[in-house]
Amino acid sequence: MPITLFDYVLGLADDALVLGHRLSEWCGHAPLLEEELALANIGLDLIGQARALYDYAGALEGKGRDQDALAYLRDAPQYSNLLLVEQPNGDFAMTMARQFLYAAYAAPFWRATAGSKDATLARIAVEAQHQADYHLRHAGEWLVRLGDGTAESRRRAQGTLDALWPYTGELFESNEMVAAFVADGLAADPAPIRAGWNKTVDAVLAEATLTRPADSWMQTGGRRGRHSEHLGYLLAELQFLQRAYPGAGW
Amino acid sequence: MTDAPMPLWEVFIRAKAGLAHRHVGSVHAADPEMALQAARDVYTRRGEGVSLWVVPSAAITASDPGDEAALFEPATAKPYRHPTFYTMPKEVGDM
Repeated sequence: MPITLFDYVLGLADDALVLGHRLSEWCGHAPLLEEELALANIGLDLIGQARALYDYAGALEGKGRDQDALAYLRDAPQYSNLLLVEQPNGDFAMTMARQFLYAAYAAPFWRATAGSKDATLARIAVEAQHQADYHLRHAGEWLVRLGDGTAESRRRAQGTLDALWPYTGELFESNEMVAAFVADGLAADPAPIRAGWNKTVDAVLAEATLTRPADSWMQTGGRRGRHSEHLGYLLAELQFLQRAYPGAGW
Repeated sequence: MTDAPMPLWEVFIRAKAGLAHRHVGSVHAADPEMALQAARDVYTRRGEGVSLWVVPSAAITASDPGDEAALFEPATAKPYRHPTFYTMPKEVGDM
């Protein structure tokens, strides 16, 4: 769980980098040229958010670690991203469902964070908020068409929604330190964000004629560095160059 | 999903307020909303505009290339329709 503002910002940066990297994996594999560009665009938005957040986290920490040091030179247990964003791309329905569940949280999260008393966080949030609004629209429209599409697309969309649902509880977790940041006006309060998320999810799932999975046992641990096995493989690819050729640049 | 070809849409962008929408290209998409999103993702990545139109390509009625002479050649014989045909008074300055 986050214990300082550095940890808190680092977790947000890790969310953006890991999801952005996942979307970059679609490069050259998307089902349509139009979607190829859309996924790359969204991935680049997220990686841009990650860069700004890593810069700020490095400054908060004050030990001279820059974006590259934070992104490339930490192992999985030091990553504190949400478990949802590290889940594999699967098929197109899974990528869209994952993107939708995250964006439905990210849009109200950044909107709330834009009111942070922390000027840097607020500045990053304003830009991220516009991006998240589009990511939500894009993924939501796809989910509607997959859910209310053919029997096959519907089966896949519902299946992936059921599979990803246990990772949604973590989006709204709080703890003493997050509550303290909320009380100080630095961080967004997870409770109203959950209400906004519920509203968005219910509206889109209704239009998609998909069934909202029941809330039961929820996965947790990402913010404390306890990840699914998928993150290690992702980082192996992401970090290969800097691990094999430390300090390499171009 | 890719068995049936998706309809083609023509994309128009308004570069800034006050200018007309200009044709920039086309995208494939299943319906108008998806066409609009595809147009946004394909054609506005470098700040190209402030407004988008997408129009089903099938809705466009085009002139027949075989009619080119009948439709357009009569105009070439009327150079006086170009404003440059007239001499402008010096007082007008640059137009």
